[in-house]
Amino acid sequence: MRVVADLDLCQGHQMCTGEAPDVFGFDADADRVVVLQENPDESLRPQVDAAVKYCPAMALAIKED
Amino acid sequence: MTVSTSSTTDGGSAADLTAIPEVSYAVPDDGHGHLAELRTDPIGLLERVRAECGDIGRFRLADRDVVMVSGAVANEQFFRAPDETLDQAAAYPFMTPIFGKGVVFDASPEERQQMLKNQALRGDMMRGHATTIEAEIRRMVAGWGEEGEIDLLDFFAELTIYTTSACLIGKPFREELDGRFARHYHDLEKGTDAMAYVDAYADLPSFRQRDAARVELVALVQAIIDKRVARGPVPKEERDLLDVLISIGMESDYITGIFISMMFAGHHTTSGTASWALIELMRHPDAMGEVIAELDELYADGSEVSFQALRSIPRLEAVLKETLRLHPPLIVLLRVVAEQIELGGHPIPVGTMVAASPRVSNRIGTDFPDPEAFDPGRYIDPRQEDLANRWTWIPFGAGRHRCVGNAFAMMQMKAIFSVLLRDYSFEMAQPSESYRDDVSKMVIQLEQPCRVRYRRRVSASSTTGAASSPSAAVVEPASSAAEAAETPPAGCPAHAPGNGA
Repeated sequence: MRVVADLDLCQGHQMCTGEAPDVFGFDADADRVVVLQENPDESLRPQVDAAVKYCPAMALAIKED
Repeated sequence: MTVSTSSTTDGGSAADLTAIPEVSYAVPDDGHGHLAELRTDPIGLLERVRAECGDIGRFRLADRDVVMVSGAVANEQFFRAPDETLDQAAAYPFMTPIFGKGVVFDASPEERQQMLKNQALRGDMMRGHATTIEAEIRRMVAGWGEEGEIDLLDFFAELTIYTTSACLIGKPFREELDGRFARHYHDLEKGTDAMAYVDAYADLPSFRQRDAARVELVALVQAIIDKRVARGPVPKEERDLLDVLISIGMESDYITGIFISMMFAGHHTTSGTASWALIELMRHPDAMGEVIAELDELYADGSEVSFQALRSIPRLEAVLKETLRLHPPLIVLLRVVAEQIELGGHPIPVGTMVAASPRVSNRIGTDFPDPEAFDPGRYIDPRQEDLANRWTWIPFGAGRHRCVGNAFAMMQMKAIFSVLLRDYSFEMAQPSESYRDDVSKMVIQLEQPCRVRYRRRVSASSTTGAASSPSAAVVEPASSAAEAAETPPAGCPAHAPGNGA
């Protein structure tokens, strides 16, 4: 899977950094998400799914390559 | 403001609106175009724009054109546009007399959004808000007894006055409020007649009621201020926002306006959604049974509402999402074109009003099969029709201005139903089809009567009801940082009411 963050949509809620801390970080200066692992291990999928589902800005997605 | 490549004048690029089809008339033009229909059957009007014109169509509102988009492609263009291009402040003239003419936040939408996130609605404050909300619900039902009847509008409108005031302004202020504040506030909301597009101060009953209600609210706030002044200063940790505003010398009229605007976006929206969620659950006993089983199992270990409301409750969340899809509290979102923009292949000139409709887009059949059906299963894996249709599943708006309070709102509703459905059972006290919205104002409210019977459950949470769904009660480790949300006082551009502009 490939993790995609739409920085135009991100509102800096930082929900994803709680759901999947190994995959998502936060750029405090930009007030935007940072994708730490673009192709995370499959074992992290439940975490990433939760991050996508609970992103208040609907800014995250998983692309299956 | 940045200079964009598109012209900010009427443009040589043939920004000719007549190329966009105009919707027919179902209610005769009374001199203000489609305003008469917007004031009587707005849903019929918005639906007909898509039915007759497709993804982009046009109707007349007083002396201006409103270009309405729908469908994923045009919606994305609409929702991705920056503030410099599509301005929301000018699009909601009916809000100005409600907030008060002087009440203008000297901040851009981005700054306000940031202020919200950094203040009352930081993620780390959500747990406290959940505790506050649970306590407010329990207070509201404290006198219910074993069985009885409530009016949904009265009940939820009052409850959400208490929750929003307690969470956003402060508990000391909330403690000064009673049902009077909720009633006057409701009268304000009823003052959102689209006639404001012609004259926001026209001599109409609803506008007179609006203005009288605002005077009453100012008087209530003035009385609270007088008590605070007589009491004298209190230690810093006991102060709420009202103390702060008094200390900097603000007048009661202005303070009231600020409070009205802070509470506006989170009030009628949450109240209406909670009402409709309960109605839909009563209409669909299977869904009701699944949610009750889910809640009973989830709370069987004695966990707190303030804890669980911040976590995943999949069946209840799906019901709330489906309720929002079918009954979005805001049926049309408006902007004014500040820089020429292209929507649906048409250049739209400066000054045009543009619209997107949650009510219409949420029911597009190609995105939401059997769109009129209440089906919470849409949000369960693998369908996830909300995530799959980010530009048409838009009860919270979309794009960079997607309601910043949406996670707070979902948390609040999860807390409300965690209390109500575990302690009481509900049934309709009037025919199912008689529950409907009053759509005559821009702020839509449930039409009264909207009565419901409740009865205390026997041994609530002792049996799980043996939920058939194994996933029903799974507490996903999800949402641990949970719902790092904010409420959307004046700033939520989806609700937009222009924060006093």
